[in-house]
Amino acid sequence: MKRTCALAFASLLVAGCATGNPVRAWEKAVLAKPEMGFGQDRLDAQLSEHTYFSKEAASGGSSIGGGGCGCN
Amino acid sequence: MSVYASLLSVLRWIAAISLLAGTASAAALDVGQAAPDFKLEGVDEAITLSGLRGHLVYVDFWASWCVPCRQSFPWMNTLQGKFRDKGLRVVAINLDETVDASKEFLTRWPPNFKIAFDPTGITPRAFGLLGMPTSFLIGRDGKVIFRHLGFRNSDRAELEARIATALAAS
Repeated sequence: MKRTCALAFASLLVAGCATGNPVRAWEKAVLAKPEMGFGQDRLDAQLSEHTYFSKEAASGGSSIGGGGCGCN
Repeated sequence: MSVYASLLSVLRWIAAISLLAGTASAAALDVGQAAPDFKLEGVDEAITLSGLRGHLVYVDFWASWCVPCRQSFPWMNTLQGKFRDKGLRVVAINLDETVDASKEFLTRWPPNFKIAFDPTGITPRAFGLLGMPTSFLIGRDGKVIFRHLGFRNSDRAELEARIATALAAS
């Protein structure tokens, strides 16, 4: 009985993490604000991004609002 | 039962539930499928997709905070001007949560095509939008000819060529 209760409780907790209603592409207005980015300096952030994608062959994920790929 | 065994069973439960909860997502509208009709507030009058039947409709989803949309607006102006006589209609659906948020954008990048407002996000849900901006070219029969995710200035030539081909073919 104790175990079942613990399981049920753990299930509820985890179900809260994996929301069935993720933030959609068109709901990111607040996330796209400059103050939501990691860096303060735009130019510096762009330089870091450039270095990152050259070295990692991957880009995106550091901010929202778009670089034109439509993926973020 | 040992502690490890019960821990393992808890982990299994957690994995199963996370999977179940995470799978709910809308499927994107594909080429060849009929585009879902919409009726949205416009600047002067309501805009419906069915009302534009017989034209090729370039539906673009945008928001004031979407950076690439600032590049796509001048291009869509050119596009609408160039292909209006051939039967192309550009409809840009704004997805800002308030209509006011889009006003500054529309003053800075004034459009010569139709603007519709969908603050509730019903249309992008129906179209299965995955990124911003996304555009769909809808044929005279109401079916999707192509969809394009994102926008870069380097996309202009290819998009224009595909639209010209579609106009010539129908």
